[in-house]
Amino acid sequence: MATPPITKPIESPATVITDATCTFCGCVCDDIDITVKDNHITDAKRACVLGKSWFYGHAADDRPDCLIEGQPASVAEGVERAARILTEARYPIVYGLSDTTSEAQRVAVAIGDAIAGTVDTTTSVCHGPSGMAFQGVGEVTCTLGEVANRGDLIIFWGGNPAESHPRHFSKYSLMPKGMFVPNGRKDRTAVGVDVRKTKTAKAMDLFFQIKPRSDFEALWTLRALAKSVEVDPEQVKRDTGIELSRWQDLMDRMKAAKFGVILFGMGLTMTRGKHLNSEALLSLARDMNAFTRFVVKPMRGHGNVTGADNVVTWQTGYPFGVNMSRGYPRFNPGEYTTSDTLARGEADAALLVACDPMANFSQPARERLQSIPYIALDPKETPTTRSAAVAFTTATYGINTPGTVYRMDDVPIYLRPALSSTHPTDLEVLSAIHRRVTELKK
Amino acid sequence: MTERFILIPGRTSKQGCGVSEGKFDRVYQQEITTLQVAPADMKRMGLANGDRVRVTTESGRQIDVAVTAATGDELPPGLLFIAYGDLSSRLMDGETHGSGMPTSKGLDVTMEKLS
Amino acid sequence: MSSGYFKIAGGTVYDPIHGVDGDVRDIWIRDGQIVETPSDFDIRPDKTLDASGLVVMPGGVDMHCHIAGPKVNAARKMRPEQKRKAEKVVRTSNTRSGTMGSVPSTFATGYKYAGLGYTTAFDAAIPPLAARHVHEEFEDTPCLDKGFFVLMGNNHFVMESIHRKEPEKLRSFIAWLLGAAKGFTPKVVNPGGVEIWKQLPSGNVHGLDENVAHFDVTPRQIIEQIARAVDALKLPHSVHLHANNLGMPGNWITTLETMKTFGDSRGHLAHIQFHSYGGGEGDENTFNSKVVELVEYVNAHHNLTVDVGQVLFGETTTMTADGPLGYYLSNAFKSKWFSSDTEMESGCGIAPIEYRNTSLVHSLQWAIGLEWYLLAKDPWRVVMSTDHPNGGSFLAYPQIIQLLMDRTYRQDMLKQVHPAVLERSTLADLTREYSLNEICIITRSGPAKILGLTRKGHLGPGADADITIYTPNDDKTKMFELPRAVIKSGVVIVEHGEVREPLTGKLLYVAPEYDTSIESDIAEWFEKYYSIRFRNYPVPLDYLHDREEVACAGL
Repeated sequence: MATPPITKPIESPATVITDATCTFCGCVCDDIDITVKDNHITDAKRACVLGKSWFYGHAADDRPDCLIEGQPASVAEGVERAARILTEARYPIVYGLSDTTSEAQRVAVAIGDAIAGTVDTTTSVCHGPSGMAFQGVGEVTCTLGEVANRGDLIIFWGGNPAESHPRHFSKYSLMPKGMFVPNGRKDRTAVGVDVRKTKTAKAMDLFFQIKPRSDFEALWTLRALAKSVEVDPEQVKRDTGIELSRWQDLMDRMKAAKFGVILFGMGLTMTRGKHLNSEALLSLARDMNAFTRFVVKPMRGHGNVTGADNVVTWQTGYPFGVNMSRGYPRFNPGEYTTSDTLARGEADAALLVACDPMANFSQPARERLQSIPYIALDPKETPTTRSAAVAFTTATYGINTPGTVYRMDDVPIYLRPALSSTHPTDLEVLSAIHRRVTELKK
Repeated sequence: MTERFILIPGRTSKQGCGVSEGKFDRVYQQEITTLQVAPADMKRMGLANGDRVRVTTESGRQIDVAVTAATGDELPPGLLFIAYGDLSSRLMDGETHGSGMPTSKGLDVTMEKLS
Repeated sequence: MSSGYFKIAGGTVYDPIHGVDGDVRDIWIRDGQIVETPSDFDIRPDKTLDASGLVVMPGGVDMHCHIAGPKVNAARKMRPEQKRKAEKVVRTSNTRSGTMGSVPSTFATGYKYAGLGYTTAFDAAIPPLAARHVHEEFEDTPCLDKGFFVLMGNNHFVMESIHRKEPEKLRSFIAWLLGAAKGFTPKVVNPGGVEIWKQLPSGNVHGLDENVAHFDVTPRQIIEQIARAVDALKLPHSVHLHANNLGMPGNWITTLETMKTFGDSRGHLAHIQFHSYGGGEGDENTFNSKVVELVEYVNAHHNLTVDVGQVLFGETTTMTADGPLGYYLSNAFKSKWFSSDTEMESGCGIAPIEYRNTSLVHSLQWAIGLEWYLLAKDPWRVVMSTDHPNGGSFLAYPQIIQLLMDRTYRQDMLKQVHPAVLERSTLADLTREYSLNEICIITRSGPAKILGLTRKGHLGPGADADITIYTPNDDKTKMFELPRAVIKSGVVIVEHGEVREPLTGKLLYVAPEYDTSIESDIAEWFEKYYSIRFRNYPVPLDYLHDREEVACAGL
């Protein structure tokens, strides 16, 4: 595997690293200028509020590289213990992966294969349902530069990019003066669909405040209108909270657009309907292509969750929720996904990379996780690392380590690290665990 | 007084920043332990900023949490909002309905003012 | 004391580049290369493989397949239903697990290609913005040396420099872009058509002289200028073209015009089968084969090469950089559909398909592919391919070999397809049978030569020691499905169908020289319209694991 060069510690006066990449959210902005002084990041030019917290919040620390049952230990001891936990388990799981490089993700999947385990990523609790919908109907999409150059009707559905992806409007979806939208914002119509009047809603030209849990009905109303299928105005109003005439107006605008774009978020995947909501939206975009060019883009939350999808797919054939207990990959959301393997008490050991299920998972899942031995890799201290049998403090990707990440639109970007770290990288720790696991499994 | 609401957990800037700054830091902890309520609902239930309520899901999962009035008309009456985190996680069921995704938004809950 | 030599003894050797046609001889290997037989009789090989009675050929070279990158990966993701029923690829102590179906996972792809005796493969269509993705997937695709073609036929800078009549700039840009991606040659897919698709619903071009709006160039100009630039750069392989109007009844006229457009420039027309249709415009009822007319032109024009793009009956997945084609196919077959437009560069379309022998069109497609092989006079210029997986999986190559070598088998299959094939193509009358020598040419020696890979496709001294050993069998499908042994870089990687040593293989790329002063122009254009930074676009050499630059020599 290609080992990219590691940056040397910076000792002298301020250095600026230009064209560096922020990996906090799926925007993966690669135009950040990072100023480093005395091994501290003192400025992150062009980074949004989340990006600034990301850069300033991952300063050098002197926490131990490894803790076993909460006590400092060497990395080698931690690797040994980790390998034993994983090889002695009957149903080990590998989970997370969304906040590390693809080079590290590839090793994590290799470990999953070697231990005949189950590999899943944070996708299963993010856009996993959209991935399932994709498998059913496909997807019509594009890279973000196409949105910037061509998109003239931009619909944000079930998401709040103003707070979750702060630079999305200015960098990709609303402000850019693109090749076919030379006047930028003036050439665009922005539409929001959500249950709350969020910060995003306030930036829209049109806002549809729909009834909670009515996205499925709203999307199917639009599908019907696109194909001139008659719908009952009373029912539409009752189901969605919005007059049919408003939906009709939106459909007219959609058909009149040159290049329509729908960007969607957790409002669809996490509520009643889940993958059926995503499927309705993907189908709508597909239907619209009979009238004009139309694309969709799921808004990915983490810097390299798209990389996790890609890596798991190319190595196993399936994007998430992959079980290898029988020696070959099998896929079944609901069966092999981590919320389920934990909540149903099936997993008996876990390797958690760049994720925090102890904060984000349901109570039954967290209770199971608490009761089994697990290994956690994270640059920061989190509820997950605090209860780990083996916790590795690893270097932060993009700030300390180089590597490849995939932006929300699948564009691969290489990281330019700013600071060195004394901590091992995810790649180093996982590679060591993989080597040891392979030896033990012989 | 106990009333029925729909709960929407979600991302906020502060919660996102807190992820980087440290999940045990005060700002993050405050953000994820504060429930936003529409002003009209606050008024009707006699709630003031900082008051504590008990939120219970249909399957009996429960949290006690402090409330704050949502800004302006951001939140329609009948809806509650809380930033993603430990508290919102406690209200999720383990059931994913074969999708891998627990129902994490649009949860039916009751809210009761705690004296 | 180790001599470092490995000897393959007494095999029946086929090495068409050196005129060896079934001679019994030894092959000596050292340091991963084929070497002269040592003149010192005291030198003993460390290892000998007894190949007596066995057929020895250079390792297979697949010069047109889709095996890596964002399009292929989207297709993998999109077809879980195929994998459940497909062959399981089980993890072993030295191999990874994987899945099959029409779009296998990466490790499985490498193992299966090697299992058939292939040692080199080129992905046919990659948008340079996704180059790193391909390099990563390639590292997880073992047993093969690999390269890829870089999509340029709908690239904005390319179209602009053609419009402005700046061939020098075009040439420099192409050279820069190949170096930035670490690719092998320009790939042109439906030139102009994909750009129109981005601008209009069901947008496409339908003729070589149609105007591409906003850029004011024609497909003809795009083909001609890129072909000339490639020759001026002396790239080892010519421009690689997926012509306009793929799949349309009556498209043979576009194809013939396209062939003429090359003039004296070298040109490779990909999956020519899909471009060989007579009939009324869009009229399936008059659909017929025009191979006779087209092959006559190719026979007479030595600057042109083709790969066939054979269709085989069964379920597979169409995947193409031809965005509008993907849309058309998904509507025609009412299937799920993936499409992605890549800014400034290209598009893509994916749709499942099932070729049925009861279908008139599919049966004709099948027959047309075979006509190409059987009517072509020069096997050096007609390469075997299925445009994997578009026409069928690469796993079907042995079956194609049997269809070419065994006319009885072919006639039997002909009886099972749609009867219209008998009137609308010449296949029933073709009695030619390919020899082993000719099979060797169309599956390894020919493509190696067309790609300009001087160390592949032959067994002379200096060649990479990529060798396949087959057990002769009258059933040619069986013979080519299960080689006795496969050697890659002098190492036995497959034996009796089992992977022994899954080497990573190397990346083959070109680095043509160019006037670097163009970079400021490119940077200016890039920063204006791309959504990533110019500095973050090129792939540096140290990103690649094992690689080899293929020189741009004189022609």
